[in-house]
Amino acid sequence: MTRKKIAQFLGFMALRVCLYLVLAALLLFLYDIGKKGGRTISWEFLSKMPKRGMTEGGIFPAIFGTFLVTMVTAILAVPMGMFSAIYLNEYARQNRITRLIRLSIRNLSGVPSIVYGLFGVIQFVNIFKFGTSILSAGLTLGLMTLPWTITASEEALKTVPQSYREGALALGATKWQSIRTNVLPYALPGMLTGTVLGLARAAGETAPIMFTGAAFALPFLPKSLSDQFMALPYHLYIMATQHHDLAKARPLAYGTALVLIVFVLGMNMIAVVLRYRLRRNRKA
Amino acid sequence: MTKRALRNIRESAIKAFFFTNGILAVIVLLGIFALLLSSAIPAFREIKLSEFLGQTLWDPTSPTGARYGILSMIVSTIYVTLVAMVIALPIGLGVAAYLSDVAHWRVREIVKPVVEVLAGIPSVVVGFLGIVLIGPLLAKLTGRTNGLNGLNGAILLAVMSLPTIISISEDSLNAVPNAYVEASLAMGATRWQTLARVKIPAALSGIIAAFMLGMGRAIGETMTVLMATGNARTFPHGLLESLRTMTSNIAIELGEVPYYTTHYYALFAIGLVLFLMTFVVNLVADIVLHKYQERES
Repeated sequence: MTRKKIAQFLGFMALRVCLYLVLAALLLFLYDIGKKGGRTISWEFLSKMPKRGMTEGGIFPAIFGTFLVTMVTAILAVPMGMFSAIYLNEYARQNRITRLIRLSIRNLSGVPSIVYGLFGVIQFVNIFKFGTSILSAGLTLGLMTLPWTITASEEALKTVPQSYREGALALGATKWQSIRTNVLPYALPGMLTGTVLGLARAAGETAPIMFTGAAFALPFLPKSLSDQFMALPYHLYIMATQHHDLAKARPLAYGTALVLIVFVLGMNMIAVVLRYRLRRNRKA
Repeated sequence: MTKRALRNIRESAIKAFFFTNGILAVIVLLGIFALLLSSAIPAFREIKLSEFLGQTLWDPTSPTGARYGILSMIVSTIYVTLVAMVIALPIGLGVAAYLSDVAHWRVREIVKPVVEVLAGIPSVVVGFLGIVLIGPLLAKLTGRTNGLNGLNGAILLAVMSLPTIISISEDSLNAVPNAYVEASLAMGATRWQTLARVKIPAALSGIIAAFMLGMGRAIGETMTVLMATGNARTFPHGLLESLRTMTSNIAIELGEVPYYTTHYYALFAIGLVLFLMTFVVNLVADIVLHKYQERES
């Protein structure tokens, strides 16, 4: 082998090592949580209330709370994200306002999650007087999810061929008629997939809900949207750092971490499978 | 009114409706800034701006005189973030280069979703792993009693910013015109030489943007550093010391602070500093990325 070839061999080897490092880290993470969390998981753990200062019993209220708050998030972020994307992709012209909107979206997705939490405390908890509640937390998460759902919805709209729109317009349809009949039906599945991915990320967030509604521990389920709630990510934080008996809480923390990962990655998986199926159907 | 006029009105109304939703992003961004600013300003009735940004001592509950210096936290945030980038950038760039230039397309199809799984792990779970996995490991390696320190946080932040760095670097490597590669290969360069001396320099602006975006995420990350860095309120002297970032400090103290006190407002002022820092970093990334796209088109 010449020197050049040896250099190439070593170089590519180094790149491969980088990849192995990343994969190893991911596997190690999932293996550790899966193995130690798996020991804790039982029907009782998933379906019962916490008992004895959260050293025994289950995490059902946390699962329920995360589900509920994600619903509120979806109600805010999904329609608004879709409408906003429809504006940007179908109506907006290339001008200063459009550029400003796009710049704002990109910057919103870079705003730290704890800053959304601070915003939620002032806007929803104090100014709107929703108190620390599912509503406040859900709206805070909804705003955080908005840039992701807009971007995902716009990607879906972009995949609809221009000729679909032109076909409708040529037959005398108005702009909205062409969007409604010839664009949305084809883009909607993709839009939904993208928004599910955004919601999955929101469901795993802790910082925005810490001060807007998530509770340390509640012995009962929330009855209305203005109640506080337990959530999986916040519960994991509590169990891992704030519990009075960390050693006893450790297995429960592992169990909570596993449930949270399955919840979030499960939503991801659903979205990916959905996208795959829809793509295949369209080709057929 | 004619049918046509009615139809035009309806169309305009629909357009206006979508426009209202479109402009929402601008309103939210301005709203966040305005609310942070209005909640931060009252803090400066009692705190001098020079003390706030220039002093290292943060002790708002001291009975002998509260101190509100956030310099330690700013330095801690930047410190942890930069170390995270030093770890993540070479590895992320390596993976991106591997995927774009070396890997078989089948490998790429498998690896890309797997890297996305990494992006899907909630930050609180990553922080938890810092406590139960990385922490004990670091403690053993360094012979200390506890592994909750800056290095722990930096390692975790590196892992978390990898997906961003990988995907943007890979996109920018793939966007390098094929003619560059062909010219280089035709001159007798190997694929490795082409990658290292032609493709990576050509994709540099995209790689810089990836670095900036990864950094933006790392600066604003809360749960991971909160759980993994130990949160000591001191000026950071080394990577193996416990330190407290701006995000952690807000998370720790906002739950306990009485509303509408100077301490409360000061926490929003920290939030404002954080907002401005990430805003600038993301804006720079945006400009770099845009320039690059314009040049390509």
